[in-house]
Amino acid sequence: MSRLLLTGNGAAAWGARLSNVDYIPAFPITPQTEIIETLAAWIGNNEMPSRMVTLESEHSMITAAAAASATGVRVFTATSSQGLLYGIEMMYNAAGWRTPLVMVNVSRGLSAPITLEPDHNDVLAARDSGFLQIHCATCQEVLDSTLIAYRLAEHERVRLPVIVNQDGFYLSFTREPVELPDSKLAAEFVGDYNAENMRFRASSPSSQAVAVIGGGTYSYFRYEIHLAALQALTVYDAIAEEFNERFGRYYPAVDTYRSDDAEFAFVMMDCYATKAKDAVDRLRDSGISIGLVRPRLLRPFPELALQNALRGKKAVAVIDQNLSMGKGGILHTEIASALYGQNGAPLLASFVGGLGGRDISAEEFYQIAAALKEAAQQNITPPPRLLYTEAELRGIRKLQAIAHVEREELQARQGSHES
Amino acid sequence: MTEKFIKRMKDLPSTHLLGTGTPMCAGCGGLQALHEIYDILGENTVFTNAAGCMTLLASYPFTPFRGSWLYTAMASAPAGAQGIRDALDILLEKKRMPPEDDLQVVTLTGDGSAYGMGLSATSGTIDRQLDYLYICYDNEGYGNTGQQFSEATPHAAKTSTSKGARGFPGFKKDLFAIWAANKPAYVATVIGAEPLDLAKKIQKAKAIKGPRLILALAPCPTGWDYDPKYSNDIGKLAVDTGIWPLKEYENGKVIHTKIPRQRAPVEDYLKTQGRFKHLFHPERDAKMIGEIQARVDAYWETIRDENGN
Repeated sequence: MSRLLLTGNGAAAWGARLSNVDYIPAFPITPQTEIIETLAAWIGNNEMPSRMVTLESEHSMITAAAAASATGVRVFTATSSQGLLYGIEMMYNAAGWRTPLVMVNVSRGLSAPITLEPDHNDVLAARDSGFLQIHCATCQEVLDSTLIAYRLAEHERVRLPVIVNQDGFYLSFTREPVELPDSKLAAEFVGDYNAENMRFRASSPSSQAVAVIGGGTYSYFRYEIHLAALQALTVYDAIAEEFNERFGRYYPAVDTYRSDDAEFAFVMMDCYATKAKDAVDRLRDSGISIGLVRPRLLRPFPELALQNALRGKKAVAVIDQNLSMGKGGILHTEIASALYGQNGAPLLASFVGGLGGRDISAEEFYQIAAALKEAAQQNITPPPRLLYTEAELRGIRKLQAIAHVEREELQARQGSHES
Repeated sequence: MTEKFIKRMKDLPSTHLLGTGTPMCAGCGGLQALHEIYDILGENTVFTNAAGCMTLLASYPFTPFRGSWLYTAMASAPAGAQGIRDALDILLEKKRMPPEDDLQVVTLTGDGSAYGMGLSATSGTIDRQLDYLYICYDNEGYGNTGQQFSEATPHAAKTSTSKGARGFPGFKKDLFAIWAANKPAYVATVIGAEPLDLAKKIQKAKAIKGPRLILALAPCPTGWDYDPKYSNDIGKLAVDTGIWPLKEYENGKVIHTKIPRQRAPVEDYLKTQGRFKHLFHPERDAKMIGEIQARVDAYWETIRDENGN
């Protein structure tokens, strides 16, 4: 075992390398590109016995990934944002084919307007695709989760593709110290690829992904995917335990920080949750009893673990780094569905922030905590809030003013030419 | 599998490999071509399929294929071929599969995918020199959804989205030329009604490595509006009128494999199909028929020039 300074992207590449993947269909997109560049360099230097092919789109990339998986090899791929959306038709297919591939998604806000920095509307667009989702907060977690993802995907009771998600820029381009598992121990943990009955061979022809006629047949296969995804909950727990035993790092389906005895809690996913962690420490210092609850698994949804983690809290703030237009925060909706009708369910407040890489400041966490305290005192659920500061609005007004001045000057100039 | 060199009709395989009783329409020209192709390709094949009529060939739990099959999506059947070919190569390389388990990777799509939605994925496979055989059954429209016009629909044909007095205003895209321009291993046009020409080309294509296209015109009784019993006759007419030139591209050269000595007038072909009925009823549209004839004539003029005659 050795310690390296790795970016989130570097950690993802190491995860693929240590999982002994056979095949990597690729397509560049910011902020994911460093992953495939790193893998390409290793393959080019004969440090990694895998084959990489650059497709002409993410749609083709995910098709090739799933088709190769259906032929009987271990497959890794990675994408972001628009790429995920471009390929999403084939994500549904990959899950329907029950191909156990692993894809790292480096979260980035969706167009329009086009942007580069992170939020979770990309990965949440794939929420219902049948891909399982593991969300990471640190570079170490990205590497370890990739190993865990292969075990989970390939488990005989699961056999579904898995996304390992990390935030673009904040994690993908941030160097953190990462313990690199010994390659032999990692290989032992992940195991050899077992294609089971999923393969194409001359001696054993098979038809895969064939059409069905009628809702009964269709429903049968769709229910199978859902039930397999639900089974992945207990399977995940066992794999996380085993990982802990072998490597000494424990990744429960729901991560909690100072929340056991807390009256209040923040609920967040991915690496912005580390900002919440810091806020928890400061709030605790000032005497507010608050903690953090971070679902690592989004699919399957760890309902029971979330109920246990949030039961008895006075009020909970779900801070969503995504926005379902006309509804609100998506994680908020999911948490609400887990808590509805439960004894001891807390008041549940919704905050949306961190879209397109927008920061969530310590001050905002303090305000959210204050809002929770007030809600608890009055026993009223506060209305959902979109985080935005006066300074930001002022910044926008400045940009608009510049745009107007520029346009007026241009029009004045054109007017003087015409006259 | 017989590997005898096919020269005459009697050399064609007498054992037919594709199962019967499929959900294709009676008289499907695409299925006719596929039967003939499959007899020669054989069962050591894996097909990747795009959304289209033939998607229904393999409907759970039935298949007419003796070999393997993977349905992908309308835009990406060639990318499915890429994934399978790469995976088979990896398994061979790493000795995780015996060489005799290897498969010929085949993509099977209609014209909607081959000429349109799947063209980007197709282009990528040619760039990467993927070793696969692409079969397009071209029935000149989105047949499975009720024959709306596609990029392969011929000028003036009526389709369910070109019902106006003049039919389809656009022109059939030259997919053969698009492939050939990118220097693939092999490209050929075929038609089920010319089984010997088809068999020779499939036998040749089977032995070549790299990206290969077999473009089969697929007379379509439901889409083109004619009695299914005429599919073969209409196929022959497509060749005899010069509307569907039988040709192949290899080593940078295009060779016509059957040059009709005396081309029949195009109206012999047009008048057999309801989609061109407006060219003859209520009165003969001599101008439009003349235009179509002129374009066919112009094509064969360029062929004569190429051959230096």
